Amino acid sequence: MRSRFVRGMYHGIPIALGYLSVSFGFGIMAVRAGLTPLAATLISASNLTSAGQAAGVDIIAASGAIIEMILVQLTINIRYSLMALSLSQKLDKKFSTPHRFAASFGITDEIFAVCSAQIEPLTPAYMYGMILVAFLGWVSGTALGAAAGQLLPAAVSSALGIVLYGMFLAIIIPPSRKHKSVLIVVLAAAAVSILFRYVITVVSGGFAVIISAVIASAVGALLFPVKDEEAEE
Amino acid sequence: MTVALYIIVMALVTYLIRMIPFVFFRKKIKSRFFRSFLYYIPYAVLSAMTIPAIFYSTGSVITAVVGTVAAAVLAYFGLPLIAVALTAAAAVFAAGFFI
Repeated sequence: MRSRFVRGMYHGIPIALGYLSVSFGFGIMAVRAGLTPLAATLISASNLTSAGQAAGVDIIAASGAIIEMILVQLTINIRYSLMALSLSQKLDKKFSTPHRFAASFGITDEIFAVCSAQIEPLTPAYMYGMILVAFLGWVSGTALGAAAGQLLPAAVSSALGIVLYGMFLAIIIPPSRKHKSVLIVVLAAAAVSILFRYVITVVSGGFAVIISAVIASAVGALLFPVKDEEAEE
Repeated sequence: MTVALYIIVMALVTYLIRMIPFVFFRKKIKSRFFRSFLYYIPYAVLSAMTIPAIFYSTGSVITAVVGTVAAAVLAYFGLPLIAVALTAAAAVFAAGFFI
């Protein structure tokens, strides 16, 4: 039990490092938009999501309508539903309803990514360990950014910008090397994503990721349906 | 006061999106297509989030490409996540001195 928690914490370290840099930027941005450092930190502690928070701060700064806030958060964050659904298929028996209520708070892109890469079923202890470390990175980074502004040298903060993406590559490349089906899905998703970035630019970033992922995964499921053992992994 | 209301609404919507499928979806999915779909989703989501965004993650496409190549090579050889992630940042930092 304890070792699973520690293992989760260890797996959360690269996530927390990446979050530190990103949330540092969010803290700076929120204060520039007129929020207090306390409000910025509370947003990070209660939301634990990057794009949704940035959009939310824009709405607060513009004194937007509450319904606008609801719709924007729904649009940007709906991808978490898909991730939660995917993770729900590989939960350990220990995952009782209260654990599900608690752990679902911590489903972020990165935590989802690392959890999906695990071969064993997910235990609450493992997820809590990872969420705790990631949460501390996210919240402390926001507080530091909001309070201390531009103390970090630009060369360091721009280098930190790539950390999370580097981690994503480390998750998708090894299985792509092993399974042709995964490689094709990965390439298809990248191709559609590039199309949205440069050609069909009216679609917002959050939607573009959802559509790209759905198309690529549907193609993969049609061309290379997985055997039972693989889906269990 | 109003800022607090915005924050509560944001947090609530974001939590419900994550919580509802996680708490209320209990059954093992039977459809082979849907199970296959969910098997591929993580890879597809990460790929779509990474490409092309990684090339704009450092403020300079050149340093970002250096970092991406470094990460891709280490990932290809199966190094741990943290090693790949930090090497990518180190490569970007080093490349920054040459541009």
